[in-house]
Amino acid sequence: MDIKLYIYLSLLLFSIGVVGVLTRRNAIIIFLCIELMLNAVNLLLVAFSNMHALSPVAKASPSFASDAQIFVFFIMVVAAAEVSVGLAIIVMMYRNIHNVDVNFLNRLKH
Amino acid sequence: MNPTTIAFIILSLLAIGSALMMIFSKNPVHSVLWLILVFFAISGHYILLNAQFLAIVNIIVYAGAIMVLFLFVVMLMNLNAETEPIRNKRLQLAGVITGGSLLLVLVSVVQRMDVEQLVQVNGGDAGLVNVLGMNLFKQYVLPFEISSVLFLSAMIGAVIIGKKEIQ
Repeated sequence: MDIKLYIYLSLLLFSIGVVGVLTRRNAIIIFLCIELMLNAVNLLLVAFSNMHALSPVAKASPSFASDAQIFVFFIMVVAAAEVSVGLAIIVMMYRNIHNVDVNFLNRLKH
Repeated sequence: MNPTTIAFIILSLLAIGSALMMIFSKNPVHSVLWLILVFFAISGHYILLNAQFLAIVNIIVYAGAIMVLFLFVVMLMNLNAETEPIRNKRLQLAGVITGGSLLLVLVSVVQRMDVEQLVQVNGGDAGLVNVLGMNLFKQYVLPFEISSVLFLSAMIGAVIIGKKEIQ
């Protein structure tokens, strides 16, 4: 499988996430689109890891190619922490203004 | 066409179609469910790349835990298509054009890229649990420990932000 196919797929998924962030006004959907972008990057990292598995350096040391997958693991860790705090912020926002529309967040005081 | 290519095409179409449906569906609950489908497609890609550990973790952590949290919050707020914010059509068009331009620029860069590298599918031991575990607990043991502190701070932050203020 050509690496470019995986790059195109990840770019497409990432761009869909960007379009979602820019077009939707619902805070939760914007958050979902950020998750989609993180996953596009994860997919690309795994593809790169398996691309490096074919190189001569990786044949000598097996841990070389799995570095990228460790990064994916840490991205998942950070995403889980981010979601817990972000959803708490959205719940607090809903409790204060009874809406999840980001257009209502255009001023810093109320 | 060999079966791997067919699986790649099917999984890619599933991922892209579900991602598009996620953006364009009016109901937030449907958006979350479409995103779960995207995650399953990406897990299928991981299995195709023989990254077994990440495929399982993706399903358990992302599709299982994070998306259930999202679904829980959406249903807690009782969001549906009627409560969806009114969208500005002109702003939406601007967003689509901006994202499309980004895609166009990135694709043109990749097209000029002069690599003929191949990706190993259906093989390789980089994604096996024992290789990843050895690497994680030898070379990356400090980031692993620090991530537990990150989780602790995220937990405390979520509790402090989420609790009601006592007047």
